[in-house]
Amino acid sequence: MYRILEARFLAPDVKLLRLEAPRVAKMRQPGQFVIVRVHDQGERIPLTIADSDPETGSVTIVVQGVGKTTKMINQLDEGDALLDVVGPLGAASEVEDFGTSVVIGGGVGTAIAYPTAVAMKQAGNHVISILGARNRQLVILEEEVRATSDELFVMTDDGSGGEQGFVTTKLQQLLDDKREINHVLAIGPVPMMKAVAEVTRPAGIPTVVSLNPIMVDGTGMCGGCRVLVGGETKFACVDGPEFDAHLVDFETLVQRNRMYRDQERAGLCQLEMAHPKVGPQHHP
Amino acid sequence: MADKLPPKQRTKIPRQAMPEQPALERARNFAEVNLGLDAAVAEKEAQRCLTCADPKCSHGCPVGVQVREVVDLVRDGDYLRAAAKLREDNVLPAVTGRVCPQENQCEGACILGKRFAPLAIGHIERFVADYERATGEIGLPEPASPTGKKVAVVGSGPAGLSCAGDLTLKGHEVTVMEALHELGGVLVYGIPEFRLPKEIVRNEIENMRKMGVNFETNVVVGKSVTIDQLMNDEGYDAVFIATGAGLPKFLNLPGEHLGGVYSANEFLTRVNLMKAYDPEHYDSPVYTCRDADVVVIGGGNTAMDAVRSALRLGAKSASIIYRRGEAEMPARKEEQHHARDEGVTFLTMHNPLQFLGNDQGLLTGVEVQQMELGEPDGSGRARPIPIAGSEKVVPASVAIVAVGTGANPLVQSSTPEINTNKWGYIQADDDNLRTSKRGVFAGGDIVSGAATVILAMGAGRTAAASIHEYLTTGDWPTAE
Ligand SMILES: Cc1cc2nc3c(=O)[nH]c(=O)nc-3n(C[C@H](O)[C@H](O)[C@H](O)COP(=O)(O)OP(=O)(O)OC[C@H]3O[C@@H](n4cnc5c(N)ncnc54)[C@H](O)[C@@H]3O)c2cc1C
Ligand SMILES: Cc1cc2nc3c(=O)[nH]c(=O)nc-3n(C[C@H](O)[C@H](O)[C@H](O)COP(=O)(O)OP(=O)(O)OC[C@H]3O[C@@H](n4cnc5c(N)ncnc54)[C@H](O)[C@@H]3O)c2cc1C
Ligand code: SF4
Ligand code: SF4
Ligand code: FES
Repeated sequence: MYRILEARFLAPDVKLLRLEAPRVAKMRQPGQFVIVRVHDQGERIPLTIADSDPETGSVTIVVQGVGKTTKMINQLDEGDALLDVVGPLGAASEVEDFGTSVVIGGGVGTAIAYPTAVAMKQAGNHVISILGARNRQLVILEEEVRATSDELFVMTDDGSGGEQGFVTTKLQQLLDDKREINHVLAIGPVPMMKAVAEVTRPAGIPTVVSLNPIMVDGTGMCGGCRVLVGGETKFACVDGPEFDAHLVDFETLVQRNRMYRDQERAGLCQLEMAHPKVGPQHHP
Repeated sequence: MADKLPPKQRTKIPRQAMPEQPALERARNFAEVNLGLDAAVAEKEAQRCLTCADPKCSHGCPVGVQVREVVDLVRDGDYLRAAAKLREDNVLPAVTGRVCPQENQCEGACILGKRFAPLAIGHIERFVADYERATGEIGLPEPASPTGKKVAVVGSGPAGLSCAGDLTLKGHEVTVMEALHELGGVLVYGIPEFRLPKEIVRNEIENMRKMGVNFETNVVVGKSVTIDQLMNDEGYDAVFIATGAGLPKFLNLPGEHLGGVYSANEFLTRVNLMKAYDPEHYDSPVYTCRDADVVVIGGGNTAMDAVRSALRLGAKSASIIYRRGEAEMPARKEEQHHARDEGVTFLTMHNPLQFLGNDQGLLTGVEVQQMELGEPDGSGRARPIPIAGSEKVVPASVAIVAVGTGANPLVQSSTPEINTNKWGYIQADDDNLRTSKRGVFAGGDIVSGAATVILAMGAGRTAAASIHEYLTTGDWPTAE
């Protein structure tokens, strides 16, 4: 059992949890993730490690409730526990002093991008962060990201916070302003990552995205997480999850992630029937 | 207790059949296919043994089980002593009795087989082990007094488990580290319930716990902790690497990314480990097999397990696509027969060319091509050659690729001092399973490549003896 030391909502349906997992905390590098299982009959799902503290042996995850398992996790509180936590898995982000590095987080992707932004700053980069969300309420970790960035832009679809527009609107603006950008990291929904890749492709700016295929073991054993990168099959759990955005076949990723849609819906219905409180209406 | 018959009469007794669930009934459930011999039948089968002065059966068994002695005890009705005799060489008899490819090992060597059917050694072995378990009187040996030495075993498959058991008996403090949340390796995530009930594996692991073996799940060595950290920071005096051959191979054909195309590892893991066969209670589904056409590519045990699992998940049709003939299939013969009886279709002498899909990215069929056998290849088996113009499409919404596995590089890549061969398997000395790094041993599939349960178990025991010697003498001879 892996005890939950701290739990709080950052935004509706987005919860931060700090877990006791000493081995993971000691080894973890930015860009890596854990696989967790909530209960004995539950599935194994991957979640990025947003932060870790080897001293207290704890790791932080930020979870967006999108389906049965993530919603179940978001019902847990300090003192509860997860049944299984394994990691750190995946390759670490490639961090070096690129010069000016743009870090883009969309939705809960911000939690995934945040640790890399910290590492980029520490490596000496001029860090420009762009956070995107549907509305003001859904912007998470803004203060944390601000503290590690030289410049921060918040973009909302409806203009309720920061500027109105997409993260790519801002990125394009920076390019149009002839800002020198040496490296881009974009993490968020697939359409966003794909759009970022298209913005930086003509300019030839090295761009990295973090892919989120469905995973089972996370150790290279099942091949379920395979993605097409540059025409080659890669296992996101060991070769990634970060890949060169200009080589990723996003279409295949989207299709593979849709495969279990009916079963996932059924799972969620089951959960909502069993715990009527779960669902978007359940906010603190 | 039965009297010994004269040899002539012994050979008149026909080989006793294993009772099984009716084929069409079992093809729709996950309960064990073979029901086990009862005592009278086991004794009758034991009567057939010729009690050879030079028992070929034992030479045929990779760990040299004293078959003749075990069978003698069974004939005498002394099942618990038979079990103890079995355990002298084989720590997982309930498992091997069920899954060993006996026809190539003990039974393949049995002298009876020259003129009659070989003795049903596997079935007797299973009977003895099941009897012992049912009585609950497992004669767990008493571990020697503590030596103060610590050993880490990486991986909880048959190699790791048997090594851990033996070392604990010698008085060493052993911790088994397993990447998954459940212990047992392929025995739990690969081989399905209907062939090897998980209860049996759990029971063996419980016995080991009682003997004093420690287990730590959710530890990916190479990621959660490195071998160097285990030895330098956590005080382990030796490490045994038994991580198996778990890296799935794909065909690298067009369309392999379509939804509905699985590696056998993923399919079987979802079904066995994540219990996709019980979707009402468990959350990890497989893409729906109910009323679907399912094809499995390959001819080994893994392919048989996958195709029969698909059938049990309600497949409308379940077919094997294999590029050689049925005789060339590496799967256990018993599984091939079982599969056929259950209604699996065998499309032999066919090779897949590509996977076809719809605009949703979901599989609709597999294009195959017919093959004919040519000259023998490097493996001594006839090489299949494609027949031009024989292409056709086999409709399928689920395809499972079961064409073998390779070495998972996680441990090796984090410990470069451990030498590997060109396929990435760990190099270990044949006799003592030492690797190129002092204090580190390796065995099972991660050294041999995908093999068998009994070979992995044998390697675990060899490693235990070798580790014990190293821990007591401190000798680490370097190659001359
Ligand atoms: C390497 C990696 C890191 C991740 N890090 C985080 C993180 O830090 N925080 C976080 O909230 N989520 C993260 N995810 C996504 C998270 O794993 C999924 O949201 C989760 O598996 C959904 O499970 P569920 O049972 O709640 O939903 P399901 O019922 O399984 O699915 C609900 C919805 O989510 C979609 N979905 C299913 N699986 C995934 C997936 N793997 N990725 C994206 N969408 C999916 C489905 O298409 C469906 O629409 C990460 C994914 C990967 C691969
Ligand atoms: C579907 C299937 C059916 C089979 N049927 C038969 C059969 O009928 N008869 C037969 O004799 N053989 C059969 N085999 C082969 C047999 O199961 C294997 O040869 C045997 O299990 C190998 O044992 P092992 O201990 O070397 O490795 P495994 O059983 O593979 O166990 C290795 C363990 O190590 C763990 N691991 C891997 N990497 C790490 C890491 N970095 N850190 C921690 N843990 C790690 C894995 O999760 C796994 O649990 C079958 C195999 C499969 C896949
Ligand atoms: S361990 Fe396997 S090969 Fe050896 S006697 Fe038993 S069934 Fe036969
Ligand atoms: S070879 Fe066959 S007949 Fe001879 S002892 Fe062994 S099992 Fe009995
Ligand atoms: S999740 Fe199984 S190989 Fe990546």
